[in-house]
Amino acid sequence: MALDLQPIWDCFRVLNETTGIKLTIFYDTFDRARFFNGFLTSVRLMAVCLVASVVIGVVGAWIQGSRLRVLRLVTQGYIQFFRNTPPLVQLYFFYFALGSYLKITSGNGIATPIVSNFTWAAICLSFYAGAFNVEIFRAGIEAVPRETLEAAESLGYSRLKAYAYVILPLAFRISLPALNNNLVNLIKTTTIAYAIAVPEMLYVANQIWSDESNVPEMMNVLLIVYVSLVGLLVWVMGRWERALTIPGYSPV
Amino acid sequence: MIANRSDFAVLKPFRLGARGPFRFTIWHGVALLAALAIAVGIGEAQAQAAAGKPGIVETILKWTPLLAQGFALNIAMSFMAMAIGTAVGVPLGLAQISLLPPVRTGSWFVTQFFRNSPWLVLLFYCMLLLPFELRIGNTIIPLPGWLKSTIGLSLPVMANVSELVRGAVRSIPFGQWEAAESVAMSRRQTLTMVILPQCIKRMTPPWMNLYAILTVATPLTSVVGVSEAMTLTGDILSSEARTELLVPMYLYLLLWFFIYCYPIARATLALEKRFAVK
Amino acid sequence: MPWTPDQPLVSIKDVHKAFGNVEVLKGITMDVMKREVVCIIGPSGSGKSTLLRCVNALVPIERGSILVEGQEVNDPKLDKLALRRKVGMVFQQYNLFPHKTALENVMMAPIHVLKRDRKEVEAQARALIAKVRLTGKEASYPGELSGGQQQRIAIARSLAMNPDVMLFDEVTAALDPETVKGVLVTIRELAEDGMTCMIVTHEMGFAREVANRIYFTDGGVLVEHAPPKEFFANPKDARTRQFLNQII
Repeated sequence: MALDLQPIWDCFRVLNETTGIKLTIFYDTFDRARFFNGFLTSVRLMAVCLVASVVIGVVGAWIQGSRLRVLRLVTQGYIQFFRNTPPLVQLYFFYFALGSYLKITSGNGIATPIVSNFTWAAICLSFYAGAFNVEIFRAGIEAVPRETLEAAESLGYSRLKAYAYVILPLAFRISLPALNNNLVNLIKTTTIAYAIAVPEMLYVANQIWSDESNVPEMMNVLLIVYVSLVGLLVWVMGRWERALTIPGYSPV
Repeated sequence: MIANRSDFAVLKPFRLGARGPFRFTIWHGVALLAALAIAVGIGEAQAQAAAGKPGIVETILKWTPLLAQGFALNIAMSFMAMAIGTAVGVPLGLAQISLLPPVRTGSWFVTQFFRNSPWLVLLFYCMLLLPFELRIGNTIIPLPGWLKSTIGLSLPVMANVSELVRGAVRSIPFGQWEAAESVAMSRRQTLTMVILPQCIKRMTPPWMNLYAILTVATPLTSVVGVSEAMTLTGDILSSEARTELLVPMYLYLLLWFFIYCYPIARATLALEKRFAVK
Repeated sequence: MPWTPDQPLVSIKDVHKAFGNVEVLKGITMDVMKREVVCIIGPSGSGKSTLLRCVNALVPIERGSILVEGQEVNDPKLDKLALRRKVGMVFQQYNLFPHKTALENVMMAPIHVLKRDRKEVEAQARALIAKVRLTGKEASYPGELSGGQQQRIAIARSLAMNPDVMLFDEVTAALDPETVKGVLVTIRELAEDGMTCMIVTHEMGFAREVANRIYFTDGGVLVEHAPPKEFFANPKDARTRQFLNQII
């Protein structure tokens, strides 16, 4: 069942012929496919990083509550490192420096990296955003007064159940605004994967405008698509936030 | 004591990172030295294997002056972008609370647009689409690459400052506006004499935080061809062409940024606690 | 040996508790019989709240023993759930769960902890909310209720577990005077219905009305105890007299 979008594409061809605005990503099949794949890669990278960074944040926040001082210090060190250094330099460090050690020499003598550049980008960005998430989740948990835990325990909840039913739901609602902010920043930061040649939207657009010499058009398209993507996430997060607000409680 | 508390807040305030006073503990120095020592150690071990080449530490020190120059450009760009962004962002933020609907909507739209754009895309946009020189009347102002990048960086800063200002103004209790109105102050007087002075305190920690984020974003300009610390590191590594130099060199660059940004982060925390609104 | 109602419901013997270097309870002994209402009064820092928390196993004790219906609270192998089904506690800061409605607050523990049937629990919860005179507020969130209303929902929440003894830790201290009355009336009705209560309070008038016995603690020791009439008319110890002079 193929939708016949050819009329739409033809409009853009006409646009080019009349005004000179060259939007080949619409009327040229090759460019269209290229750009679409770039778009998909971007979305894939964003999705992976979103999920992974939240998981890292939860695990890190849990470790930070541990009684072992060593664990707490190690986590704190991780957070401070990723927060106070440029994500681009981190990415280069992972991909070029660490990546240079992780090579297998295949049969014909050529050293191929074990970890692809997409994976390195995903790892680096997830840990980068994860560092912020650990702090956010930790602050959320600490904003729940100890007395609430006491109240839950005196109702018969075990430690584990009290956390599952009372503390964590509360902590999550409290951290949600800051978490959303961080996740939106994460999505914007995924563009740095360009620097290690991950074929996401920015990289593919670069290839296209080098071929077709339509820099202004591509830049504008890029801006609009990214702003729309991010705007979509912001809207979804906003609705989620509103659905989860605690009535009658206004955070400072 | 458990029972002798007089605060009956349902939930405590949400404070990011505020955990005890800061002390330069031994672990800070140990951690830094450990990281560098490990890297240098790895490098040295390999350097000894490839005979006839100078040691890692020597090489790093040899290139430090050049790196310092590059880093100085990063800092310069961060200062400029922050200054421009703040200068434009504050009026934009005030426009968001304007009483005229078109001004309000327009400035809201501009703010949201630049807040939602990836920084790298904005950099590309400015680098590629801004002219390489501006002609105003008879004067020609050249726009070198680093200046265009700085303008590109100042756009998201402007949007974030605008949001900061709007948030700070909204957080001032409504009683302040009422009190000012009851002594017949105009809206402009209320803003300049009552509201904004109180906002400055609230805005300073997040503003400093924004500066730290900006500084840490300046290496992005290397992607669009500006010769700052990151580009120079890449150049150094390709000129030396020694794989054992990769890890130490990048760690060294990370260390530079860390040493610059970590004190700013701690100072921000300290200010935040001092200005904490109960 | 199994517990019978002629033995004390709560039996506290020579309990010692220290927080770090500060000894908060220095050997408290008291017995509370079934259906008895006991008020514990004393200056701040005398260990009253800590004592209640020891009875509920929220705070472990160093020395001594606390028996609730014959079950030793200090036992490391204690089934805490079984204990908390018998002992209900209401706190000074109500500590309702702000992300759930009043009805859900009351229903939560019986459903999650006791695993009772939802419909049955809901019916009981509505009845309890009616008992504390808050019908119509079931769907409100704690943030939308006044302090006194929140405290009464907190009482209903503890009652939902069908406890044998209720502990009240200065429950009116955080309320303004008009709402204090509403809460005190609720507690009095509970007491009149036959609930065993241990109440830590500053409200002397209330204590005089409702208590079967008043205990006075100071500096972690039990100074004296007596039925209210006797206690307020003829305080035996000098410290008691000094305290009462300041309050009344």
